[in-house]
Amino acid sequence: MKEWTDLALDTARAKGATYADIRIVHRRVQQVSVRNGAVDLLAEHETVGFGVRVVADGAWGFSSSSRLTREEVQRVAAEAVAIAQASATVGKEPVDLGPPEVHVDTYRTPFEIDPFGVSLEEKLALLLAADEAMRRVKGVRVARGNLVAQRERKTFASTEGSYIEQEITEVGGGIVAYAVDETEIQQRSYPNSFGRDQRTGGWEIVQAMDLPGNAERIASEAVALLTADPCPCEVTTLILGPTQLALQVHESCGHPTELDRVLGAEAAYAGTSFLTPDKLGAFRYGSPVVNLTADATVPGGLGTFGYDDEGVPAQRVPLVREGIFVGYLTSRETAVQLAKMRGEDPERARSGGAMRASGWNRIPLIRMTNINLEPGEWTFDDLIADTEHGIYMETNRSWSIDDKRLNFQFGTEIAYEIRHGRMVRLLKNAIYTGITPEFWGSCDAVCNVDHWRVWGTPNCGKGQPGQVAHVGHGVAPARFRNVQVGVMVN
Amino acid sequence: MLGEKRIRGIAERVLAASEADETEVVIFGLEERLTRFANNFIHQNVAETNVAAVVRVALGKRVGTATTNDLSDVGLERAVEQATAAARLSPEDPDYPGLPEPTPVEPVEAFDERTAAYTPADRARDVGAICRQAEAKGVTASGAFRTSVHEFAVANSHGLFAYHPTTIADLTTVVMADDSAGYAAGASWKVEEVDGVGLGAEAIERALRGRNPQPLEPGTYPVVLEAYAVADIVAFITQMAGAMLVSEGRSWMTGRQGERLMSPLISIWDDGRDPAGWPLPFDFEGMPRRRVDIVREGVVGEPVYDRRWARKEGKTSTGHALPLSNPLSPWLSGGAAGPLPLHPVMGAGEHAVEEMIASVSRGLYVTRFHYTRMVHPRDAVITGMTRDGTFLIEDGEITVPVKNLRFTQSYVEALASVEMVGRVLRRQRTGLGILRAPALKLSAFRFTGATTF
Repeated sequence: MKEWTDLALDTARAKGATYADIRIVHRRVQQVSVRNGAVDLLAEHETVGFGVRVVADGAWGFSSSSRLTREEVQRVAAEAVAIAQASATVGKEPVDLGPPEVHVDTYRTPFEIDPFGVSLEEKLALLLAADEAMRRVKGVRVARGNLVAQRERKTFASTEGSYIEQEITEVGGGIVAYAVDETEIQQRSYPNSFGRDQRTGGWEIVQAMDLPGNAERIASEAVALLTADPCPCEVTTLILGPTQLALQVHESCGHPTELDRVLGAEAAYAGTSFLTPDKLGAFRYGSPVVNLTADATVPGGLGTFGYDDEGVPAQRVPLVREGIFVGYLTSRETAVQLAKMRGEDPERARSGGAMRASGWNRIPLIRMTNINLEPGEWTFDDLIADTEHGIYMETNRSWSIDDKRLNFQFGTEIAYEIRHGRMVRLLKNAIYTGITPEFWGSCDAVCNVDHWRVWGTPNCGKGQPGQVAHVGHGVAPARFRNVQVGVMVN
Repeated sequence: MLGEKRIRGIAERVLAASEADETEVVIFGLEERLTRFANNFIHQNVAETNVAAVVRVALGKRVGTATTNDLSDVGLERAVEQATAAARLSPEDPDYPGLPEPTPVEPVEAFDERTAAYTPADRARDVGAICRQAEAKGVTASGAFRTSVHEFAVANSHGLFAYHPTTIADLTTVVMADDSAGYAAGASWKVEEVDGVGLGAEAIERALRGRNPQPLEPGTYPVVLEAYAVADIVAFITQMAGAMLVSEGRSWMTGRQGERLMSPLISIWDDGRDPAGWPLPFDFEGMPRRRVDIVREGVVGEPVYDRRWARKEGKTSTGHALPLSNPLSPWLSGGAAGPLPLHPVMGAGEHAVEEMIASVSRGLYVTRFHYTRMVHPRDAVITGMTRDGTFLIEDGEITVPVKNLRFTQSYVEALASVEMVGRVLRRQRTGLGILRAPALKLSAFRFTGATTF
């Protein structure tokens, strides 16, 4: 690979780049999915290519190609410089990346059982067993299941002298049952909605899911939801189960702490953020039990890596401490911009290591790593027992948040009414809504480390052209007071 | 750009490498250039040259798939081997319809040399004009301007070969003042039809007019929806108009075909051959696209079909198959969604937006919706926010800007309450098409929450 990276960097420099980096990425994905007892997709995907990112005339340019040949590497590096020079004609302050990041290293995510070493027959048999168990439940119209294995090998090199090789292996899986009658449609997913849960690691992750062992349960829940009572419309106590809480963290903490979004880079797409720099270090984001951390080092996280895609080492960065907003997800450039804004020495500004690209054909953007709600003190049973009246909601079904990440509304697949410390009644079409700092300010309990684990979100969208990132969220169930639930009742 | 000759050569190499009973290859070529701006300057500026081959092989009714962007003999042969290995392991698919015989496809012109040749300097000039306009007015512009060349091809072992080169240009901009924002967007396969300066002026005017927004109680209001907001409604309604979702009971159309569910002013169709959109005359099985009337004067029409779902339900394909796998747009692939419309249109009416506003005694004018998501599929209940220009209408005039509101509303019911339809269709880019929609006036729209800005 060094031959290619040297060629790209030398070409970029010769064309006028003051900084350049190249990523060469090979990704292999194996997908198995079934639907109602038949194979939906049995597929192998491979993509390889490279992207060259440069600063020239003080502005950014990026070009990429799937053709890894000498001529194409030179063409793409030159095109990146020409694009940067065009950018500079509508420029502002020259790009400042702060102190150099120079690392020569290799990194790979660990696994016990190589997912690509497990036969397709075994994978298919597992899914078909779960599919059959779901369809044995009367009332299930559609059963689906899918497994994904992904391995990405990437090489990063920069004109500052970095040369980093990484191998990231991910495994995901999930099942969903749809129950339909003449007036209602309900779904239940396991272990998470949107097709699957996903983590870095090996086949042992899928084994631990026990998809067939959970199939009948979720299918029965989907059918029971058809005739369940609707979620009432009231202000009440809300306890969020782990996967819904993971999405709550994702949307209302992860995205608003992306510093490029804060500074306007996403204004024309999904929007900006209410967490403006004047709030850093002083704004009460949540109650004192709320501690949020961006941790790219947590084992098994879907946002775990050795170095980000501008060659900055993986880190653990506090975002909210005892309810106070204290940190952002940053890049090299935005870390410098923030330092200058705050009157701090930009030469000491360091990126938090959150620049990630969804592939060789995309520039790195500030993305979530593993955005974690740190565990609290409660056991789950004690939390329910301590709740006189409320609703427990789990597994996301719909999600929406405004373009500053304040007003949100989430719906879940399943909910239970809590009365006198017990979950007593199944509820369907559950929804809750709120304003981000008010909601987190109402959090009075987080479950302990025994209930804490990292969940994967393999469908995080951002950027133009669109990028889908794989990110993680460590959470344990938590309780929120005085929440509006049940906007839609039918 | 690869061109038809090279793409045909790639297809022939794939087909020659396969010993399966049936083999298909779908080839995507892409040269995409996108200039992104924020805070009145270009902050991201990117280019991608990519190609992907999606190989599907069938051994009897056992089917396997593989994709690659390695077009060497070794790469293509490996993809065929991987697909064949997957097919061997796959159980028989009783619904596999086989691959189609060659079917004539009338070509549609949708390639513009000027768009294909548009340079970073050209885009910077257009974006710079928007930024300078914004600076002159004391506001900040952001957005993205993309010019792309796409090539689509389908070939199979029965001799089918279809090829379609096309261009597209699309520009979106959001202009922000201290406490307000404005939006405008346009798209066409001819870059000359995307008026950057005009779109910038439109967004700036909205942002300036939206200053000092006032809070408004959520509730049910008559609304005038700009075409940008209506595009979201058309997108959701048509994304649920695929035969699989309808068959599985997961669509608002299920069991309702022939019923009048919407205002007689509303007609929605899909037409992949209309040059006013972004035509793609065949689907990803190589079948010719047919116009499908999804809603005809308020009456629920037909879903769209691929060959699998047509066979299951005794219909013929309408040419709406998605690729089994789509490496360039992963969210636009078959399987989970089945066949889908990619070229939706809501028919135009006879009113100007000003006439709609004049007809409202107290209601809202909404520029666009944001972050809309399905709450419940049966009646297409959607939640989302207003964004980038929401205004109160009083006594037939826009009076004050209002802070953004959340809605939770059945889009089917919303279209039942349509009283006026705009005479102008606006083009907006979607995943693999251009959607065209007019402005609408609705007698009732349900806002269920509010935000702080």
